[in-house]
Amino acid sequence: MDALKNFIDTISSPQLFITATIIGFFVVMHYVRFFTKTPVFLTFLGLFTTFFLVSLTDDHFRKIVTLPDNVPIVGMLFLIIFFTWFSLRKGVDNDIRTEKGEPTFEKSEANEKLFVWPNLVYTEFLCMILATIVLLIWALALQAPLEEPANPTISPNPSKAPWYFLGLQEMLVYFDPWIAGVVLPVLIIVGLMAIPYLDKNKKGNGYYTFKERKFAIVSFLFGFLVLWIFLIVIGTFLRGPNWNFFGPYEVWDVHKVVPSVNINLSEIIFIKWFQTAMPRFWFTREIFGIILVFVYFGLIPIVLAKTLFKKFFMEMGAIRYGFLMMLLLTTVALPIKMYLRWLFNIKYIVAIPEYFFNI
Amino acid sequence: MATAPKKSLWENFRQSQIWKSIFRHGKPTDKRNRSLVILSNVFLHLHPVTARKSGIRISYTWCMGGLAFFIFLVEVITGVLLMFYYRPTAEYAFSDIMALRDHVPLGIMREIHRWGAHAMVIAVWLHMFRVFMTGSYKPPREFNWNIGVILLVLTLLLSFTGYLLPWDQLAIWAITVGSNMARATPFLGHEGPGASFLNIAGVSLVHSGDDVRFALLGGRFVGAATLLRFYILHCVAIPLAAAVLMAVHFWRIRKDGGISTPV
Repeated sequence: MDALKNFIDTISSPQLFITATIIGFFVVMHYVRFFTKTPVFLTFLGLFTTFFLVSLTDDHFRKIVTLPDNVPIVGMLFLIIFFTWFSLRKGVDNDIRTEKGEPTFEKSEANEKLFVWPNLVYTEFLCMILATIVLLIWALALQAPLEEPANPTISPNPSKAPWYFLGLQEMLVYFDPWIAGVVLPVLIIVGLMAIPYLDKNKKGNGYYTFKERKFAIVSFLFGFLVLWIFLIVIGTFLRGPNWNFFGPYEVWDVHKVVPSVNINLSEIIFIKWFQTAMPRFWFTREIFGIILVFVYFGLIPIVLAKTLFKKFFMEMGAIRYGFLMMLLLTTVALPIKMYLRWLFNIKYIVAIPEYFFNI
Repeated sequence: MATAPKKSLWENFRQSQIWKSIFRHGKPTDKRNRSLVILSNVFLHLHPVTARKSGIRISYTWCMGGLAFFIFLVEVITGVLLMFYYRPTAEYAFSDIMALRDHVPLGIMREIHRWGAHAMVIAVWLHMFRVFMTGSYKPPREFNWNIGVILLVLTLLLSFTGYLLPWDQLAIWAITVGSNMARATPFLGHEGPGASFLNIAGVSLVHSGDDVRFALLGGRFVGAATLLRFYILHCVAIPLAAAVLMAVHFWRIRKDGGISTPV
């Protein structure tokens, strides 16, 4: 058992977890009909639950997971897994009905009008009672945390933001605060608000479906499940002192040393490749990184509009298409930056500390 | 002599002037009274009288929007009770929470309030998730989706501002970490890109004593001024804004044709 735990701790790393999650996500999305079958889902849920329950026998794992403020995140994890399956399953069921030429489940009932009293009011009432019971039991079982009185001179290690912002704090590893803490949150809000104006697909309004809205659902779930929920889980359970990464059973050692060997793109280009001194002026020094960023955000959308996304571009028009591409490229920039860090130790693509401008 | 069948006390009460002054309809067992029960009640009339079967199934809505609203109400009630015991000053805040824990009999109001806050964040996320998966943001509901996104942000801000109030180590350092990012706001934060361009003859206009983080915290660090600021945001400003937007949100559900159903 200890050997197994040690093995898991040793192979645990952000690289492994995030790569496995991304691959796993796309495998599930591709074989969604297989993975949403009830026995398949229950098998995976059972395995995950078993892993979780067996892990609870480990002192360190139990200590982290049962911290009062972390309990809701465990609950949320299981709720999200359940509802992801549930909604995808309903979508798949409807897709199969549509293929057979039958109306969707919702459509078959849509013309039936029911009185809200008692049909809806009673459901709401029961939900309210159930929620009250859950809250009461939760409140009786778990005391709200209260630590030492506030002391601005002693900072705890690790210092963590409230749990729902831990995805953003995790992004701070790969991006400067002005991107991770300001630009990305703003783009998340703006991006969410833009969804109804970017998605011109008329299908899938008012019923569950997967096939008819594949692109929209896969992009949304990638952002929501992989880049938001999963990063929160990593930030809560696997980030310890100094925001170092720890395996699930690894004791949070304050003195864990992680070599920091990250260098900027400009340093690689001038020192490693050209073997010259760094130019003094920031613009000449960072010109390659700046070009790279412009190519990424400027050229890629144009090339895609002429090739792969031609149909999209024609349907959406230039403004909608440009906005969508900006949002998608920003989303993908996060995993790209992660892999640049892991594979090439790149810290910044553009590094202009003179103006606090680092990308 | 035939006697009329005996009415129970309850039945008699339902005939009384008091009952009739409150409820202006009979038992909701027939179509007319099932309509009236909704129409003549200010709270229930958020609902339509009838709805399509597919839209009110719990397997369709998960009741998540309703639950998010219900937990908001729970937070309002427990929050008001907590305000009786709590003074938002650096001297008293922590000891008031201690007293609340140690001296108030059966004091689980803070527990319900804190766990309710977590539950509300999760419920709002799941509600958004459901609305996305059913494509309910599509026309004519685009604008209501936007109101919903703002309500989501307000929910997070409510939770964030409340996090500081116990005034313990967990609180001030979480808020310190969370608000440190504001330093790096482009142009408006003193460590943000572009801020150094905003200067007059070399004297910078944006520095740690007047940037956006300073405005948020009421100081250079999380201190007594921050506590008061967050308290007022948490107890007055954000709940009011959220309540107004919720009214718009619920009203728009009705105006946009009720819970989404296939067209």
